[in-house]
Amino acid sequence: MGDGSLVEMTRSEMRAELEAGTQLAAKRAKVPELTQDELDHLLDIYGSAARFTAVDIGDEVVMSNDGTGSKHIGNRVQDLQSYEALIGIDIVELWQIDYSYKAIKTNVAHEGQAMKIAQALLTNPVQYGAMPDLGRYSQPDGPIPNWSELLPLGKIEEARRAQEEAAAMLIDDIGFVADRMVAAGTDGIDFDTTGAAGDADFLAGLTACRKLREKYPWLGIEIGMASEFVLGMHGQLTFDGERLAGMWPKDQLRMVQAAGASIYGPAVNINTGKSTAWNIARAMTFIKPAMQIAEIPVHVNVGMGVGGVPTCVYPPADATSRASKAFVEILKIDGY
Amino acid sequence: MGGMRAAGDLVARMQMTRRMRLKEAKQYVADKLGCGTRDLSDPVAMEQIRIEKGLGTLPFTSSVRPDDAGMMEAKFNIARTLDIPINCVERFKARAGL
Repeated sequence: MGDGSLVEMTRSEMRAELEAGTQLAAKRAKVPELTQDELDHLLDIYGSAARFTAVDIGDEVVMSNDGTGSKHIGNRVQDLQSYEALIGIDIVELWQIDYSYKAIKTNVAHEGQAMKIAQALLTNPVQYGAMPDLGRYSQPDGPIPNWSELLPLGKIEEARRAQEEAAAMLIDDIGFVADRMVAAGTDGIDFDTTGAAGDADFLAGLTACRKLREKYPWLGIEIGMASEFVLGMHGQLTFDGERLAGMWPKDQLRMVQAAGASIYGPAVNINTGKSTAWNIARAMTFIKPAMQIAEIPVHVNVGMGVGGVPTCVYPPADATSRASKAFVEILKIDGY
Repeated sequence: MGGMRAAGDLVARMQMTRRMRLKEAKQYVADKLGCGTRDLSDPVAMEQIRIEKGLGTLPFTSSVRPDDAGMMEAKFNIARTLDIPINCVERFKARAGL
């Protein structure tokens, strides 16, 4: 189940779950349902009683790893080394526990020093990651009037101006941190859970990405999303003339590509009350149209609470490996 | 792809630096290494290739190679082999006056 609990189903019950998941997603996002062949393939994967399943030899994909490490194995660089050596991660990520560019700005020199040490001790690509986290700029955490308080009062224009001011600050902060991480030797910058605060959050990420791409043509830039749908907290913001509010993964990807990112990470959140079969069919239906137009690598967020993986502290290996296999074999993703 | 146990780090670098999708990135790396794309996720095949080309290997209890390229040294070789800039390598060269 989406909460990690173990249930038993017949194949016909599981097929019904798959069909219900894809039908709901197709209706919600106005995209095609998964085909019968794709549902049959999903049924084969999810109908297995194996604890662990995997793709065929030669079909392995790249694993970028936002939030690498446990934060409790030695120091942070040792944490990255253990993931490089023991787990076989392809891209590791240095990060701090207050996972927000605004917070990092205040101690960026120390973060840069950790990056320099990591680069000296690892062979793997090491990127730096944090959340854009636009909400941090609103009162009481930040200087900008809180748009979530303004909106219920009917102060729509004030709420919109507040989000625009916050987005401008966020773009500056991402650039400030990224410049210093580049100077420290980073291979890439990760914008994790982009769009968490809605369309202004997404716009800030896209704008910061475009500025970084112009400065650093070689830099790895990963834009991972917060959810399957961009909330219209502002409602009128555009990027390259296109309204961001209401975008599903296909349109999110078009914007991310246009901004110059290296990797796009779609995220589809879990419904904890539904089965993993229902959730994987729903997630794949949302993401499939993006895969059909992708010109850059797509690393689907397949982790706790997203991408068909249950929301629980220790996701069962059967659930994580089935979701990974399904995305690789059916959607032909480039990584996760 | 197994990271440094195989060639996952190399394919990942092509995705990051050149925005290559997976199939293109695997083919590019395989061509540069002179092997097949299936070899890229084969830890046995890649161990030999990484040693021969100085791309770095993982030290373990029964296998350490202190005389071979590792970490920063390996990244110099990876940058040259894949024909890509690696940020920390470029900064190492600049700061060391190389």
